[in-house]
Amino acid sequence: MNYLKQISMRQALGAVLVKLGSECPELVVLDADVSSSTQTVHFGMKYPKRFFNVGVAEANMVDIAGGMAMCGFRPVASAFAIFLTLKGAEQIRNIICYNNLPVILAGGYAGLSDSFDGASHQSIIDIAVMRAMPNLNVIVPADAIELTQAVEQMIRFDGPSYIRICRNPTPLLFERDEPFKFGKIRKIQEGSDITIAVCGVPISAAMEAANDLKSAGISVEILNVSTIKPLDTETLVNSVRKTGRILTVEEHTIIGGMGSAVAETLMKNHPVKIDFIGVSDTFTETGPYMELLHKYGISKQAIIDKAMKLIRG
Amino acid sequence: MKNFKGNPYRNIEGEADLLLESIKIQYFAQQCRIDVFKMLHKQGNGHWGGSSSIAEILSTLYLHFMKTNPENPKNPDRDRLILSKGHAAPMLYNILAKKGFFPVEELSTFRKLNSHLQGHPCMNKTAGVDMSSGPLGHGISVGLGMALAARLQKKDYWTFVIVGDGCLNEGESWEGIMSTAKFKPPRFVIMVDYNKVQLDGPCSEIMPLDPLSDKFRAFNLNVAGKVYDGHNVMEIIKSLEWAKQNQGKPCVIIYKTHKGKGVSFMEDNYKWHGGTIDDKSFSLGIIELSETLLKFKNELS
Repeated sequence: MNYLKQISMRQALGAVLVKLGSECPELVVLDADVSSSTQTVHFGMKYPKRFFNVGVAEANMVDIAGGMAMCGFRPVASAFAIFLTLKGAEQIRNIICYNNLPVILAGGYAGLSDSFDGASHQSIIDIAVMRAMPNLNVIVPADAIELTQAVEQMIRFDGPSYIRICRNPTPLLFERDEPFKFGKIRKIQEGSDITIAVCGVPISAAMEAANDLKSAGISVEILNVSTIKPLDTETLVNSVRKTGRILTVEEHTIIGGMGSAVAETLMKNHPVKIDFIGVSDTFTETGPYMELLHKYGISKQAIIDKAMKLIRG
Repeated sequence: MKNFKGNPYRNIEGEADLLLESIKIQYFAQQCRIDVFKMLHKQGNGHWGGSSSIAEILSTLYLHFMKTNPENPKNPDRDRLILSKGHAAPMLYNILAKKGFFPVEELSTFRKLNSHLQGHPCMNKTAGVDMSSGPLGHGISVGLGMALAARLQKKDYWTFVIVGDGCLNEGESWEGIMSTAKFKPPRFVIMVDYNKVQLDGPCSEIMPLDPLSDKFRAFNLNVAGKVYDGHNVMEIIKSLEWAKQNQGKPCVIIYKTHKGKGVSFMEDNYKWHGGTIDDKSFSLGIIELSETLLKFKNELS
């Protein structure tokens, strides 16, 4: 782990698309007038013929990508996550997913990361909506490395994927680790008292919380659930069989997100005590990213408090 | 015309005389209309109005213009048809079956459990369906994607999108139109089945589209200079000729049509958008439809 080195996932997206542009002639990239924000602009400059800026029209963009995919291309459709997944929801369902098309839906500025733009721009129900789409893989990378590897893998996958992308620079966690494995949970550390299942940016907070809990004599197992769908049930069940309790942590509403996915699976396969960290059923607001996460209960302290409660309760 | 029923399209496609060919297609379209009428009466649901409205347009495309191959329905070089007004699936299925994409007998499974003939077209279930449709407003955007793919791959296939009035109510249609004007792919044709009636009533009451040609022009698209009669095959052939002459840029063709065409008391009446064809209406309607069929038969002989 290298906490000093910070790179944003969007920057990594820009770079990996440029790299894939030469390796994969079927790759086309579409953006909805936010390419300089999402960083797909770099692909556009290198491969102008394979880049389509459709203006502020996310639904239209998703369908154009669908048409291209039906004719042999591998499109990446990029926009702000909230508008891509909500304005484009019906297109994602009825064109991309119903027809099982190989399209990557790249949701930028996800979670609370578009922090200063306020609640209207913060994407905290996207996982819930995307998870309900048949055929769609849902991936929440935890750092720029995972993002890069996820895009590299899913561009070759014969079906659609939603990849959630944070706006801000975040620590590079997996530079020296095994590569991201689609559909597999990555175990960050072994533990025996409680499982913390986390996805995306809050992984750093989870790791710091685990450190503090260790000093209090609590052994935490951390699971990085970067593939929300399909969910790696086996790893989850094996972990809670050992720890007997689980806390989920995500930058998303607690309704329908990764926590819900974990609860659905465990309730059926191996019920244990569970609690959820995420945004409660409310609208968020404008503010600096980290402070915003903290205010809405996605912080090291919130993780420690809820973990302690699970252990004591 | 002896083997018309068993082998309908080869007989027509081999026709050298354009006038004769147009009458044959006219006959074919009317036969399809009758078969759809019977099929929907028997099934008790499905969209008669919009299916009847596009009998001639679809028949002319599949029998006169489009390069398709029932033996190899996914051929990447084929011409593509997007039925954006997917509720007219019965007419599409009928024509695809008669062309040989799947057995005609399977038409009776339409809208039944386990059938590949879904209530609205599904490209991964039915051979010959180029795009799943039904939810309105998708066709132009997806078609644009297909046409752009052709340009990138240096292929010369055509992409046709048939939209209806309801389809043009959807905001996405106009996003697609704007993008079409920007990207300008060749051999991309938007065909409007302009019957001016939608589910809840006449467009003039529900959501007026006029002046439609002007709207397309204002969006900077190349619109055919006249509104064609969408039930006259010779007119449709001429409209496609115009598209051929203008193939370098996207084209818009508007056809005046009638919802429920062929049955006088159903024509232009919104109640027949998706209403069940009851026994009484069926027995009256089938007489009218059969009389018209006979008229084309006489013209042929």
